[in-house]
Amino acid sequence: MARSRRQELGGRVSKSLRLDVVRAQWRRLPRRVRGAALPTTVIVLAFLYPYYNESLPDIPVFGSFPSVDTAVTMTIFIMMAIGLNIVVGYAGLLDLGYVAFYAVGAYTAAWFASPHFGESATAHVGSVGVNPNAAGFHVSIWLVVLVAGILTAFIGVLIGLPTLRLRGDYLAIVTLGFGEIMPQIARNGDNLFSTGFNLTNGAQGINPIDPPGFGETLNRWLGLPSDYLTAANGLRLFYWTALVLLLFTVFCSVRLRDSRLGRAWIAIREDETAAAAMGVPLMRTKTWAYAAGAFFGGIAGAYYASFKGAVFPDDFFFNISIFILCMVILGGLGNIWGVIVGGGFLAYLNQEGLGNIGAEINQTFGTNIDVPLYQFGIFGAILVLVMLFKPEGLIPSARRKAEFEEGVTEEYLYDVRGAPE
Amino acid sequence: MVTQARRLPFPTLAGRSAVQLIMPTFAALLVLLLFVWLGVNLIKTPAEFYRLFLIGLTNGAIYGLVALGYSLVYGILELINFAHGDVFMLGGMLVATMVSSFGLAGDSGLFLWSMILLMLVIVMAFCAAINTTIELVAYRRLRHAPRLAPLITAIGMSFILQNIALVWKGARPTSVDSILPRGEVFTIGGVAYTWDKLIVLLFTVPVLIVLVLLVQRTRQGKAMRATAQDRDASAMMGINVNRTISFTFFIAGALAGAAGLLYALYITNVRYDEGFRLGLIAFTAAVVGGIGNLPGAVLGGLLIAMIESFNNGLGWATPGSDWTQSIIFAILIIILVFRPEGLLGERTPEGG
Repeated sequence: MARSRRQELGGRVSKSLRLDVVRAQWRRLPRRVRGAALPTTVIVLAFLYPYYNESLPDIPVFGSFPSVDTAVTMTIFIMMAIGLNIVVGYAGLLDLGYVAFYAVGAYTAAWFASPHFGESATAHVGSVGVNPNAAGFHVSIWLVVLVAGILTAFIGVLIGLPTLRLRGDYLAIVTLGFGEIMPQIARNGDNLFSTGFNLTNGAQGINPIDPPGFGETLNRWLGLPSDYLTAANGLRLFYWTALVLLLFTVFCSVRLRDSRLGRAWIAIREDETAAAAMGVPLMRTKTWAYAAGAFFGGIAGAYYASFKGAVFPDDFFFNISIFILCMVILGGLGNIWGVIVGGGFLAYLNQEGLGNIGAEINQTFGTNIDVPLYQFGIFGAILVLVMLFKPEGLIPSARRKAEFEEGVTEEYLYDVRGAPE
Repeated sequence: MVTQARRLPFPTLAGRSAVQLIMPTFAALLVLLLFVWLGVNLIKTPAEFYRLFLIGLTNGAIYGLVALGYSLVYGILELINFAHGDVFMLGGMLVATMVSSFGLAGDSGLFLWSMILLMLVIVMAFCAAINTTIELVAYRRLRHAPRLAPLITAIGMSFILQNIALVWKGARPTSVDSILPRGEVFTIGGVAYTWDKLIVLLFTVPVLIVLVLLVQRTRQGKAMRATAQDRDASAMMGINVNRTISFTFFIAGALAGAAGLLYALYITNVRYDEGFRLGLIAFTAAVVGGIGNLPGAVLGGLLIAMIESFNNGLGWATPGSDWTQSIIFAILIIILVFRPEGLLGERTPEGG
């Protein structure tokens, strides 16, 4: 092939010839290797990001590339978006209270890795970066992240069991209710039911939360950082760890989607009645979607709490649920790559982008508009525009696109009328 | 591949029959506790109870008006119009603007009343126009999309309207000049019933009567009920479905406008995110009464407002205003889980 092309081209410049050879060589590589090339490149570039982000040129209007600090937040929010995508994108259950899972994860970190319960109990399990005699629970963040995931998944099941037999829009409202109740518990939890029990420390929030790390022993033996807070490149460590968690999330999400469970989710999303007729157990499958989505929300929440070193009840209001939903919808419901792009972009806009754009607008037009103040108006507009003009999202999954174009059946098995009395 | 899903390796859930047994018992227990709580409080502090009852009655009228909007729209489109609360809030803001620009503070007598009526007409038209526009722009295109699509645009519209208000009036509450007379109408047991509370009821009741007559007696109302029951069949019967839906949104918006006027004049301040909060409460009211059921929406509004007011004010074993929001949402969840068709029983889309 390459030879014949070269003969046809005859006396062309050598550069194009060499490119041709490279392309031919590339085609000769096994399919597996070719398929892995793009993700590998992206992952390597992402891991090296802290080394070159300073030297990247400014983008017009958007300003400079996001800082490493912002990149950590972006990564964590992408994780949450992927978690929500399991519920909304795969299983087609609209969850308007995803922030509740984020809150549970964050508060789990706050309970098990801070001096909060210092007055009543003290326990250290592999804690790093804190005085060994410090009061309160101090559990290694790695363990806390796992526990938070499991606890949140459990809460997801608890919320799901009574509510999942409801129809789509009623379910949305119920989840919204839970999403509103959770932060109120957080805000008023400093004196729960007037018993004097301080669960959440109210509006002041809980801080400081321990940083992640590997402890002195591993530091001495393997050179791993003992804790991220005092390490010289702490921010980069936070970023890399977040990336590892994100990779884990993406891996699980992809594997889940292709599993029998994942196919059952998609079957339910497309036609609940048909899926039930084919023997998919509706409640169980939906509950698992909730648990899986909640699990990643919990992990992300716990890690984010450790990164920020504090939790406040005001971090968990309704708008955050919509913010994460907006990420999923902008990227493309059900498509994990779309969700990653959408989540990264919106989290960036929220952290830095809107501020930069606002500064640019104000400078150009001599106005004085506080653009970040209107962030949720902008996200609302994104929701409306995407739904009206490109409901399958910017990077749609082929299957979802077909559903939006051809429509799916609108009858639900558990209709209000048909609900068991 | 899906045929094999029967053998998914998960533990099975408990049988539904046990759930069916527990649920009514649990619900009955909750209602019983509610009555015990109310009864004890009534005996301990009767005057306070009565005062809170009057506040609840007044707020309930406003919630009922907003809840009717949710109910109407849900009845015809099966869509939770999240933006409805924000339409109501924009109406309140327009009233705030009109009261200050007409310079009504300190006025009284016939002039004041005619101005209030004029404002009522303007604000109803304003909110009706917004609501109809929203339907036209954001919902009509999605009539045949998956169910979640219009719900998501509704949330988006809600945020857009909130931010319009934010641009218009800023983040701080906009205060409205107090123009309603606040003298007492009569006093029972040391508690005065004031004119402003009565006026809210005096405005609400005729609006409700007109609405019920409209839905049950007019041709347009018949068309609404038909469209709610079966959109395709009513189209075949020669009903202009699109126009009927537009008209429903128009009516719902007008009701939100009336509620906005009463709210602004009675509470005397409006904030950009107030509509969303109150919208959720009103939606809960609509669900409690039975969504799509018009008398149910009013009943639900009254109930929710009573619970809110009693919870904010009563002394004995009361969670207090910190928990009001949670209680209302807990009621919403309990109703949806245990009795999704609402208190007023059978689910009839329009007219009840």
